[in-house]
Amino acid sequence: MPTLDQTLDEVLTLAAAQFKVPRENLSPDDDFFQKLAIDSLQALDLLTRLENHFHVELPDYEMQGVSDFRTLASRIQARL
Amino acid sequence: MLDLTKYQSLGEALRDALDRWPNEVCLIESDRDRECIRLTYSDFKETALPLARALQDAGFRPGDRAAIIMTNQSKWLISAYAVMFCGGVLVPLDYKLTAAEHLQLLAHSQAKVLFTEFHLWRAISQAVGFDGLATETVLVTEAPGSAGLVKAFRWEDFRRKGAPDLAPRKRDDWATIVYSSGTGGRPKGCVLTNENYLEQCAALTSLFPFWPGVRYLSILPTNHAVDFMVGFLGPFVCGATVVHLRTLRPEFVRDAFVRYRITYMSLVPMVLKNLERGLRSKFDEMSSKKRWVLDRLIALNRLLTRGRPRAAISRLLLPQIHRAFGGGLRAMFVGGAFMEASTLQFFYDLGVPVSNGYGLTEAGTVLTLNDCKPFRSDTVGKPLPGVELRILNPDSENIGEVAARSKTIMSHYLSDPELTAKTIVDGWLLTGDLGRFDDTGHLQLFGRKKNMIVTPGGKNIYPEDIETAFDGLPVKEYCVFAANYIWKKNDLGREMLVIVILLEPGQEFTNALREDLSARNRRLPDFKRIGGYCVVAKDFPRTASMKIKRNQLAEELGKVLQRSDVIEL
Repeated sequence: MPTLDQTLDEVLTLAAAQFKVPRENLSPDDDFFQKLAIDSLQALDLLTRLENHFHVELPDYEMQGVSDFRTLASRIQARL
Repeated sequence: MLDLTKYQSLGEALRDALDRWPNEVCLIESDRDRECIRLTYSDFKETALPLARALQDAGFRPGDRAAIIMTNQSKWLISAYAVMFCGGVLVPLDYKLTAAEHLQLLAHSQAKVLFTEFHLWRAISQAVGFDGLATETVLVTEAPGSAGLVKAFRWEDFRRKGAPDLAPRKRDDWATIVYSSGTGGRPKGCVLTNENYLEQCAALTSLFPFWPGVRYLSILPTNHAVDFMVGFLGPFVCGATVVHLRTLRPEFVRDAFVRYRITYMSLVPMVLKNLERGLRSKFDEMSSKKRWVLDRLIALNRLLTRGRPRAAISRLLLPQIHRAFGGGLRAMFVGGAFMEASTLQFFYDLGVPVSNGYGLTEAGTVLTLNDCKPFRSDTVGKPLPGVELRILNPDSENIGEVAARSKTIMSHYLSDPELTAKTIVDGWLLTGDLGRFDDTGHLQLFGRKKNMIVTPGGKNIYPEDIETAFDGLPVKEYCVFAANYIWKKNDLGREMLVIVILLEPGQEFTNALREDLSARNRRLPDFKRIGGYCVVAKDFPRTASMKIKRNQLAEELGKVLQRSDVIEL
């Protein structure tokens, strides 16, 4: 099983690729809404992409209030 | 449907609804493509009454307040009914607020009971200020078996045997406290009575009726006045079904239309625009021959539905489109003040009427609604039965502030007599919106007299609430406005926030300053960000206590600057 740091790194890489942002511009504690300049519907697209990559299910209602990459990665890690 | 004129309270009306249609399905809850819950009215009653009894045994009395912070799901409605049965006052809070904001509104509303979900409760119980929470009973849904709950009970376990007593309430007793905004220091809690809801429900269902078998897809938050009415009270007093989806991902929403053969739904402009984009891109992928045929069929449908929607004809002409919407969709509802007419027309021409309306929390749910007879994409419809509207101080184009009088207007703002007195004058609610009536009695909106915007996602944003994000900006002073507050009578589809900046003497607006401004802006949630800035040369007018005179400043700015002077960020 990957470590939390590895999961976090993959989350950052996938997010950067999906929204065409340089990977080095993203940090674990960034707010992804702000850093990626995305709205809530685009955030749902990101969740779907992450689910497909990690083969986990991330319920929308449990993601309420999650806005930084680190917490997002830890929610994924808990399901791996 | 029930004859609502006979009832004094929502609790009483809903009690009779549960007995009237015991075998009809009232609730379906689906998580993605998995249906998790299906309840008949009888099942609903059996689940809610032991909860009501437990609340009464815990000392919850008529007039006590109970807050709900939950995403859309069956337990939201079950909890709400239990509260109404006990004669309580419901405080539906927006689950998208932060934990700190939740704590602020729980304190302001003096909620004695709170219903919430595990992940939301976890955030609230870890927030600064949690120790001061005075709410006595907290019920948490979906808590994992291993989770230790701090100062809370499991919703599923909080029930007692024995029939609870329906608490008699009067029409003018409080039913809910709904916050229309106000996490920025001055919460605006609209106190709505049983009469407000009973009257609104009767008026709405007279235009868009529900009956057993009708299915409403609930994706707007239930704490929102619209979903609370058309995704709960309306369907329930008519024996219809509410479908909850625990995800808003477009692929599952599309799937739900078909799987549950949805009849009605409400949405915000952002989602409607997204649907439009999806359909348009599908049309663009068609071969030129197929596209030519489709365009002719759409044109024919437009011609045949000129006077009113004709669902059977539209489904015959455009079967694939209607199958994609489930084949049973009668209408979608959207808050229309800032909805682009072209989007509404696009759907209407496909035979999918989008009924746009206009309302505000202070007025219950809606004041006007487009009944589509005929469809008018450039207006927000006519006043609902029982609603009187008038235009105050009309200008030469007959545009003035919209004022409303109706049995659906709120009682008052909670704990704010000063604001109430400014907002409800001689029984008329001053909406702060600018409009006029056309020759056929349809209301057209042109802008806002009040300094606020409503986002495409349906959120009210007050400029004062976001100014702190710019604290420390190295300029002499600044002030944030809604652009339409400075330049009135503008296109509501282009609502935006603008920061007005006064530089220090000799200071220049450098790239570094622009970067600083952008960086601060990006730190705000996307829907709260300002859209542009303008620089002025004159000191801001201030009161004796040095507060900026916003009204005067806006008026002065409107004279010396044009909207085109705003530089986009």
